[in-house]
Amino acid sequence: MGFKHKDIIGLQGLSREEIQLLLDTAENMKEISGRDIKKVPTLRGKTVVNLFFEASTRTRTSFEIAAKRLSADTINISASTSSVTKGETLSDTARNILAMKPDIIVMRHAASGAHHYLAQRVSCSVINAGDGAHEHPSQGLLDMLTMRQKFGTLDGLTVAIVGDITHSRVARSDIFGLTTMGASVRLAGPPTMMPPGIERLGNVTVCTDMREAIKGADVVMMLRIQLERQGKTLLPTLREYSRYYGLNPENLKLAKPGAMVMHPGPINRGVELSSYVADGDQSAILTQVENGVAVRMSMLYHVSGGELPTE
Amino acid sequence: MNLLIKGGRVIDPSQGIDEALDILVENGVVKALGKGVKAPAQTEIVDATGLIVTPGLIDMHVHLRDPGLEYKEDIVSGTRAAAAGGFTSVACMPNTRPVNDNKAVTSYIIAKAKAEGVVNVFPVGAITQGSKGEALAEMGDLKEAGCVAVSDDGRPVTSSELMRRALEYAKGMGIMIISHAEDLSLVGEGVMNEGFVSTELGLKGIPWAAEDAATAREVYLAEFTDSPLHIAHVSTKGALRIIRNAKARGGKVTCETAPHYFSLTDDAVRGYNTNAKMNPPLRTVDDVAAVKAALADGTIDAIATDHAPHHLDEKDVEFNVALNGIVGLETSLSLSLQLVEEGVLTLPALVEKMACNPAKILGIDRGTLREGAVADITVIDPAVEWTVDAEKLASKSKNSPFLGQKMKGAAACTIVGGNVVFKRN
Repeated sequence: MGFKHKDIIGLQGLSREEIQLLLDTAENMKEISGRDIKKVPTLRGKTVVNLFFEASTRTRTSFEIAAKRLSADTINISASTSSVTKGETLSDTARNILAMKPDIIVMRHAASGAHHYLAQRVSCSVINAGDGAHEHPSQGLLDMLTMRQKFGTLDGLTVAIVGDITHSRVARSDIFGLTTMGASVRLAGPPTMMPPGIERLGNVTVCTDMREAIKGADVVMMLRIQLERQGKTLLPTLREYSRYYGLNPENLKLAKPGAMVMHPGPINRGVELSSYVADGDQSAILTQVENGVAVRMSMLYHVSGGELPTE
Repeated sequence: MNLLIKGGRVIDPSQGIDEALDILVENGVVKALGKGVKAPAQTEIVDATGLIVTPGLIDMHVHLRDPGLEYKEDIVSGTRAAAAGGFTSVACMPNTRPVNDNKAVTSYIIAKAKAEGVVNVFPVGAITQGSKGEALAEMGDLKEAGCVAVSDDGRPVTSSELMRRALEYAKGMGIMIISHAEDLSLVGEGVMNEGFVSTELGLKGIPWAAEDAATAREVYLAEFTDSPLHIAHVSTKGALRIIRNAKARGGKVTCETAPHYFSLTDDAVRGYNTNAKMNPPLRTVDDVAAVKAALADGTIDAIATDHAPHHLDEKDVEFNVALNGIVGLETSLSLSLQLVEEGVLTLPALVEKMACNPAKILGIDRGTLREGAVADITVIDPAVEWTVDAEKLASKSKNSPFLGQKMKGAAACTIVGGNVVFKRN
């Protein structure tokens, strides 16, 4: 089967087969990154615009490398240098970029739903590199790829996600993707950061106590805590957060032996993740980053409806 | 010009009337109401066979955007939209530019409405100067100039002390307060109802507690000050419970809801539909059921639209930056007639909530077809089917969540002071 969507706005709504296909292709793409000449002509002549309304180093760089390895021309537009500061609307920005005839727009935007809005107004493909607290599908895919590589399948896995679920687009994409693929998800975090009804999104359980969530889990995913986003009303101090919701060698023992530790980055060492765990044997954090390029190559490839690299 | 409205089913709850009668209008007032009324020469006949004839509908909560925001709506377009929706009177909220917190603005609105408007316009003044929530507005002046109530609609009075004083002061001036009851600190940066849908869409939520808590505060302050109070656009189950209890205790509190709160849930936001964004936000199935129950048991006194026109540029944006509000004047009657279809309200009860009660609450001499009353009359075709079409809306703005939706029932003819101001083709 082929991938029939023009855009990838989120993992919600993608079928098991479609996610499977994206992950399988990513696996093939990984091989390219291992070559001496890390480039295939698949997207030669295509233009990819990275339109970032929010600061990002890792995701933007990862998409840029992915596009370049597929031989696409890439242009980076970031909010600080764009017209946004002049008060231009998203609609006008989109129209102006569209006039330059890009094939794919990779966008990150602080507003949930911004990609939905953009995709309805442009004829080119739109890939979501993160919208508000809604979705971050490339992160969800690379998380799943990393898990699949270790466990062989996602079916039946128990994945604990700990942290600020309310404001996390990573959590939502992971939930949509993982539950579609047959995994079960346990969420933990302070109730001030747990959005209502989240357990209705799929095979999801909400735990108040972090230990309950990680007990016997195959994967423990820690989310970044951001004081600038969480403000003063959601938690008293990072110190207390770390005591109750941080992952350390001690509480990690509750998970399955050899359980995988993940984090979408960037890490707050000593807050949600102790350095012993972040840099320990069970950490898959750098594998996640590596898989990020492959997954994004797969996404770019599938939305442009190209042919499989033959080289 | 004299009018004879013939053969319609006249529903006038103010007189307990529900039967086939003729109405003769002379010199702008109801001259006779009865069977087989003879028309003098030179009388225009309105054939109302198969139609419903009611006291002119009153929308006690609209935003006409005039002065200052005429690119969204003005008194001319807004009153035309009202007439097309079957309304003969509207009460317009004070959040114009400048705010209607002084008699100069009030007088401007009244003068322009008289000269160019097609329905009656009753201005609502501000509670506080500039609706800033800092100092009381000159309510005595506002009342003298023609305001029928005061409200800081859209900008809740955050200080409880100031609201207490406003209620007391307004009572002295004989003017009623209409409260937009929302606790803004709980609303925060929320853009839709907080619940499963906001979780799924990753949008910041507004908890129902924001409305319930504020409603409770208003109700207790009104009881404490023994002042009349009207709560605008009630949308939650909890707020209705609070109001129901207050009424049972004998409180002088009344309230309204808007058609979207009994027609839609927060599901309408899916797809990041900015035409489903308003304040208070669309709630859940439970709240819709509670609103209907409260309409049926009389807890809700009035249906008002909160007609809030916004320009396309203010809605054709990312959801979180889109302005709050939807147009409602031209869809209200059809959506409300649906309540009759569903058995929530009888037709007379609906007419009470759309004509008689608003008149009573605002203290205006409307909402009746008594002989000698101003001839504000709405003729309703309960069976006509139509589709909401942006092109055909009389309002300047088209921000309706009902665009493209099939409707049943509409105004056939709207008569203001004996003049036909709208006739459906």
